[in-house]
Formats: sequence, structure tokens, C-alpha cells
Amino acid sequence: MTEILQTSPEIGGMGHSVKRKEDPRFIRGKGEYIDDLTLPGMLWLDIVRSPYAHATIKGIDASEALKIPGVAAVVTGKDLEGYKLHWMPTLAGDMQMVLPTDTVMYQSQEVAAVIATSRYAAADGVAAVLVDYEPLPVVVDPHKSLEKDAPVLRPDRGEDKKTNHIWHWESGDKAAADAALEASDVRVAEDIYIPRIHVASIETCGCIADWDPVRQQLTLHMTSQAPHAIRTVLALVAAGAGLPISEQNIRVKTHDIGGGFGGKVPVYPGYVLAVAASFLIGKPVKWIEDRSENLQADSFARDYHIHAEIGATREGRIQALKVKTIADHGYSDAAADPSKFPAGLFNVITGSYDFDKAFVEVDGVYTNKPPGGVAYRCSFRVTEAVHAIERMVDILAHDVGKDPAQLRLENFIKPDQFPYKTPTGWEYDSGDYGRALHKALDLIGYADLRKEQAEKRARGELMGIGISSFTEIVGAGPSHDFDILGLKMFDSCEIRVHPTGKVLARIGVQTQGQGHETTFAQIIAQELGFPVADIKIEYGDTDTAPYGLGTYASRSTPVAGAATAVAARKIRDKARKLAAHLLEASEEDLEWTPGEFHVKGSPDRKKTIQEIAFAAYTNHPAGMEAGLEAVDYYDPPNLTFPFGSYICVVDIDKGTGEVKVRRFVAVDDCGNIINPMIVDGQIHGGLTMGLAPALYEQITYDENGNNLTGTFMDYLLPTAVETPAWELEKTVTPSPHHPIGAKGVGESATVGAPPAIANAVVDALWHLGVRNIDIPITPPKVWAILHEKGIA
Amino acid sequence: MTTQHITLTVNGEARDADVEPRLLLVHLLRDVFGLTGTHIGCDTSNCGACTIHVNGQSAKSCTMLAVQADGAEVRTIEGMVAGTELHPLQQAFWDQHGLQCGFCTPGMIMQAAWLLDQNPQPSEAEIRAGISGNLCRCTGYVNIVKAIQQAAGELQASASAPAAAGEAVAAEA
Repeated sequence: MTEILQTSPEIGGMGHSVKRKEDPRFIRGKGEYIDDLTLPGMLWLDIVRSPYAHATIKGIDASEALKIPGVAAVVTGKDLEGYKLHWMPTLAGDMQMVLPTDTVMYQSQEVAAVIATSRYAAADGVAAVLVDYEPLPVVVDPHKSLEKDAPVLRPDRGEDKKTNHIWHWESGDKAAADAALEASDVRVAEDIYIPRIHVASIETCGCIADWDPVRQQLTLHMTSQAPHAIRTVLALVAAGAGLPISEQNIRVKTHDIGGGFGGKVPVYPGYVLAVAASFLIGKPVKWIEDRSENLQADSFARDYHIHAEIGATREGRIQALKVKTIADHGYSDAAADPSKFPAGLFNVITGSYDFDKAFVEVDGVYTNKPPGGVAYRCSFRVTEAVHAIERMVDILAHDVGKDPAQLRLENFIKPDQFPYKTPTGWEYDSGDYGRALHKALDLIGYADLRKEQAEKRARGELMGIGISSFTEIVGAGPSHDFDILGLKMFDSCEIRVHPTGKVLARIGVQTQGQGHETTFAQIIAQELGFPVADIKIEYGDTDTAPYGLGTYASRSTPVAGAATAVAARKIRDKARKLAAHLLEASEEDLEWTPGEFHVKGSPDRKKTIQEIAFAAYTNHPAGMEAGLEAVDYYDPPNLTFPFGSYICVVDIDKGTGEVKVRRFVAVDDCGNIINPMIVDGQIHGGLTMGLAPALYEQITYDENGNNLTGTFMDYLLPTAVETPAWELEKTVTPSPHHPIGAKGVGESATVGAPPAIANAVVDALWHLGVRNIDIPITPPKVWAILHEKGIA
Repeated sequence: MTTQHITLTVNGEARDADVEPRLLLVHLLRDVFGLTGTHIGCDTSNCGACTIHVNGQSAKSCTMLAVQADGAEVRTIEGMVAGTELHPLQQAFWDQHGLQCGFCTPGMIMQAAWLLDQNPQPSEAEIRAGISGNLCRCTGYVNIVKAIQQAAGELQASASAPAAAGEAVAAEA
């Protein structure tokens, strides 16, 4: 990392709360989301879905549907089988059906596609397709799925895999962890379930596939967080199917995206169906899913059944951790984890604490539920890990009779231990966990709150205070360990400086609302001194943007942000040569201040970056290439490790069991900050997506595999009424290996918030003998506990 | 399918269309009139992304049929700009970082406009209750509340000084 020079507000480099460049179109209703696009001759695709969670398809009768005016075609799995397109690979290397030929595996699975001349005619067609099903036994519980007599859900995997067990993954030293646990004075064990949830971005998924048979060109307008990866996967699938669609003739364009949060990383059958339909019919085909389809069929997140055990001394010095987890993946592992990490980065579960020994293992399991295992605004299973460790540390503190803040402070990895190697193999880049927690304790007035709690408890009132001191792991990732389907997880930026000193930059990542058009311009403004207003950022068009793996896992700033800084520095190096030529000075004699080079000791002998840009096209020295451009593909040397301490105060209504978040203080450390306003916005949103699974959201199924929470009537997103007024503070501990010292921030709050809330609720009820409540902590759950204890 | 002829005013402009009786108002606006600023985020009237004004009332346009808007005055996000000048709410959402992905924003602004029409000086709790039919997944609502507070202040200020504003317009003309 190099020193961050202060820039003027006009330049608007790092640290300035520059108003967002993308907003003028959004506030006028002039955004361009996928369903806003209409192409000439475009057809509509709608999907017939299964009412059963597991059934044999005896037959599909489309004859009535085809009689409906406007219905052009009905596509079934048998039709796709002819092109070998009825199955497709998932990003996790498993296989997933595009359309079934004989068996449906979850409720709301795609069964057939209707293509018609209008939205309404396509829906009419869907209603008229008759499917004859014969129900099969349903496997909902992942533990039962592992039992010997459970039906084998995926016979397609071959004779040697006649089980619903997908994979086993482990990390750390089992024997050492066992021995250390055995030697511990105090052992705390707990079952913790992290429920299945759904990102539910307000824009659902969709696409327009546009195959031009004359030009042999496929343009796919789609809601994707990773357009380049999609292009390559499409090219590989097309090649496998023998279709004449090759990668130079595939263009993926994302346009504006109405929220991603991980749900727009995978390839869904709807996308493939639209491509297949456009290819067969030769016209553009649009597919837009309904909210209920989105909740019932798109990739879910979490669904981790965790058993954790922690060992410590009598004084509460933690020593060992052992974790065993069952991961319910539905009928296919459609996670978007890097290849080497089927359980993501779950082994960051030792958290902010100086553990001597740790062992963690995860087993992936099939059930009759939608495929998935994507993130919900987090980096590859980090939220599951953080929830488990922060719950366990809290229980330990209560068990040894220590204040949870004090126990954390005594067990934190200390600032002088960084870079710190964890017992599960990560190297944390930097951190000062005590500083963040002390700041949070001061801000919320911790000592006074504990007094208030004691007084209230004496009066029989239920008040709780919960802490979460999390460590995130983001910015995937270094190419020696990180790839998706073999594609290394570098990212990129290409910068072109025009003769008049204006800048066009293209990045390999994608914005779904994070504000890349503004923050990436600020990185360039910081490095080159061009005013942020003169810098245009483009992304989301695979014909023009450099290759990158996309935006998820908080990797935009850590990886593509680094590429942007490095590309800008390449330009600055050339600008120095040009300035030396223009000033007739040697390069070594030149000094850079944001926006200009001047001769050391002679501040008047200077050339502005705009003058230098003009010279690059009009007056470059002999022997130098004209132009002022650079590209960088950045392979990060390590991940980054943002952290923070959150404190939550809850009051519990004894009559209803309702948990009310009275205060929530969030102290975040994401390293150096590009745009404070945008960082705060990311934290506000992240905290709200932490509140959501803590108190409200869960996808649930009955014993027949029926989704009980398949619409917004039952799947409860927090509104402005439930959401508290978040209180934010920062500490700044730069990443030592990132070119601008940044760490990434989009997901920290979603990762850190749930255990703070859960810890607060358990803290309020601990004196009643409550040790753990699984999230979401809904009023009926709390009321049942209070009722059992004779309180309600 | 039979169609019905309807006439209505959209953002001050007279429009008419032959529509199927089942056509949702939001699809009339988006697919027939091309006003794509009004969005669709759910199928159960929960999210509010499709919020518009019908005869001065806030309405979720996914929950009305186009034929129910026959003869109505409809205002959408596209009708909030006066010439090139942003509505105080639009300006405030920009100033306060009251949006991220922008998808809920048009509905949120339309709902906030109606809220301030009904209650020009809402408390924070009244603002939060007033937008509780509009879901946002990005902002945590903090800056949306701030934006509505900013716009309320500006609308109050301009309402209390109408003569001065009128003079300025006259002078410019």
C-alpha cells in the first residue's frame, strides 16, 4: 500500500463523499432494467412449474396450450434432450436440470416452457399445459437424507454414488482439536441451525436472449453479477451441444441491475430456456420471473446444521474449537463457491479469536428442495461461520460468568500478532479488534446499559445486550487457491485517457447498486488527479469490458479496485515520461501531486495531467508509443479481512414475544475508505439484511416439500417500521497488501449483525435457562419459551 | 379476447388504448405506454415498486386493472420532473444517498410524495409508517427517511414563500 494523498473536492479522490453519478437516471425513472427492454419481434417465455417436490412425469400434453392465440411453442425436457441441453453444469461443478425428462426434484421446478407473442398469452399457455405426475417419496430433512433407507435422489451420478451424500470437506487438525478439548476445563457444545433464506433482491431475475441466425450472433441481455463467466459457460455448453455459438459471437449485457446479493450469480434454467428458444425460433425471447417463482425456485442461501464445541480454561481463555456441519444443498449443489472450497470459506470460523487448535468439517447433502447454496450478501459461507463462533463465545462467557465484552477482549488476536495465521490455514492481513470493540462499548454506553438491565430484570422486565466482534474474509481471490470452474478469480480494469483529458474506464466487475460508476471513478481521480466528473466508468458488456469474474463476495474493491489503482499507476508512469519530455527534465527530478507533475524545488515548472494527456496524442517523444491507456489484471496476493464490533440492545414484549431492537451500534473497519457516504449506505443496507434473517426471514417446507414461504405474504422482508435507526462508527486499519489499503465493505454488516441480535435476545433470557435460540427469532418462538417458563 | 377502449391522462398528457379487461395498470403503463420507470417487484402487492398516483391518491399499479383507470388522472415517476427541474424529493434522494440499486426508488418517491401531500410535516415515525408498504433491500431505509425529511423541509419553505417564487418566475419570463 502506498500513501493516500489528499485530493481537492473538485478532483474528488478517496475520502470524499461524492454524490453518485448513477443516480440522475434512477431518480427520474430512467434506469434500464432488464424488463424495461423491448426488442423488435420479441417473444415471451413463461414456465410451467411442478406442484410436487418429487414426482415422475408420466406425460406432458401441450395440445390445448398450442391452440391459444399467440402461443408459438411449448418446449419440454424431451425437446432439449435432442440437443443435450436438458442438463447443465452448476458453478459448483454439479449438474442441474434445465427441464426434466422424467422426474421433478422440487416444488416449483421448471417442467416446460411456453413461448408466445405476449406476456399474457404465455401465461395462458402455462395454465393450459397438462402434466401427468406420479408422486414419489419426498426427502426434506438432510439428516434423514443420509440414512441408509433414504431414496437415492440423484441416480444420474452413477452406480458408485448411490447415496445422497455429495461431498465431505474438512480443515484443521482433528486429533489436536480433540486433545485440546479433552484437556479443557470448560467445554461448551451447542446445535445451531442457520436457516434457509433467500436474497430477494427487489428486481427478480430475467433475460432477453437474442439469436441472430444471419450473423450467428447471440446477445444475452441478463441480470447477472458475473457476465464474463456466464459468456464462457454458455460457449462451453454450446460447444458440448454441438451448437454453432462460439465465444466471440456471444455478447452478455447486464444493463442496470436491481440488487444482486448473490442471487444473480448462478445460471438459472430460465436463462438457458430463453437462449434455446431464441436459437430455435430465431427471434428475441424474454423471460422475467415472478416474485413467487424467484422465492420458490432460485438459489437459496445458508441451510447449515451446525454442531459446535468450544473448550476453554476456567478463566475463559479459549483453546480449542470443533465444528461438524450438515449442509443442505437441495437436489443439486448449485453453490457459487470457488472450486477448492465446497463449503466456502466456512473455516474462517475461528473468527477474531486466538485459537490454538481447531477442526471443522462439513458434509453436503441432497434433499428435495431447490438447488443452491449461494451467498446472501456474504462471502462464501462466512455468515454461517461468524454466527456460530459469536454465539459460542457468548455462551462460553455466560457459562464462566464473565462479561461477554471482557471475554472477547481477553481472547482477541492482538494487533502485534498480524499478519496472523489461523489454525485452519488463513493469514489475516491486519486488525485491531480491541479498538473497535472499545469504541462500540463507549458509543453505546455499555456500563450504564448493564446497570439498566439489572434494574429491569429485578422488576421482571426483559432487556438484553448482545455483542458480535466479527472478522470477514473477502476479496476472492489469489489464483493459487481460487477459481470457479477453472477460471481464476483475478479481476480487471482498462483505462483510456482521451486527448482532451477525459477518461473512459472499463471494469471486470459489475454494479448491482453499489455505486461503481462513482467509486471506481474516485480511485482513478485519486491516482491520476482527473476530476471525478471527467471519468466515465463502464461495465457489464462482455464485448467491451476486460475479462473479470464479477461482483460478489465483496470482491469489487479488493480485486477490481486494486486493478483500477494499478492500471492508473501504469498511466501515471507513462505520464511521468511525457512530463519529463515536455518539461525537458529528467524523470527522477519530477514530483507528483494529485493532477500534476512539477520539477522538484520549482513548483511553477509543471504540467497538468490534462496537458500531459493532450501531449500523448499530439507531442509524444520519438520512440514512445502514442496514446495514454493501460489495462491491469490483478491477482491479489491474499484475501482481505474487514472486521468490526456490533452491539445491540433489545427489549422483549412479555405478552407477545416480540423482540424490539432499541439500539444498534456498528463499528466497522473496512480499511481505507473510498467514499464515506457510500460506505455508510452499504453498512445501513447490510445491517438490515442482517436484521432480516435474525428476526424475520426463513424459507420453510412442510413434510411433503411444499414451500410455505413462497411469496412476500409469508417471506417477511423488514420494512422501514421494523428497521432501527442504525448508529455507525469506524476505525481504519488499512490492508497492508492492497494498493489503496481498502478491504471491501458490502457484506460485513450482514455477516456481523445476526449474532449481535441473537446474543442480545439470549442475554435477555439467560437467567431463565435459555442458552440458544435459532434465528429467525420470531414472536411465536420467544412466546413459546416465555410460556414454558411461566412468564407469558 | 375482447378489448375495451379507455382514455386517461398520464403525466398531464391525454392517452387512450384498447385493452383486455384483465390487463394490469402497471402493464399498461410499462408495456403499452413505454413508461418503464414504474417497476414490478412482487406478485402480492407487498413491495410497492409499482406505486403511482391515481387521481391524487397513492396506488399500487399492479393491484389495479387498466380499465379501472378509465377517465383517471395518473402520475408516474416520469411526471415528477418539472421541465428539467427535479422534484424536491428526487433531489433529496440524490443528496442523501437515498437509493442504491434504484429499483424501488420510483415507487418510494411516489409514495413519499403522497405522504408529504397528506402530512407535510411528518415525524420520523410517521415517515417510517408511511413508507412501510414499500420495500427496499439496499439502503436500510436510513437515508430514505433523511431524504423525505429534507424534501419536507424544502416543500414547506417553498410553500411559505409562494409570492417570492412567483416573482422569480415572472422575472425570468
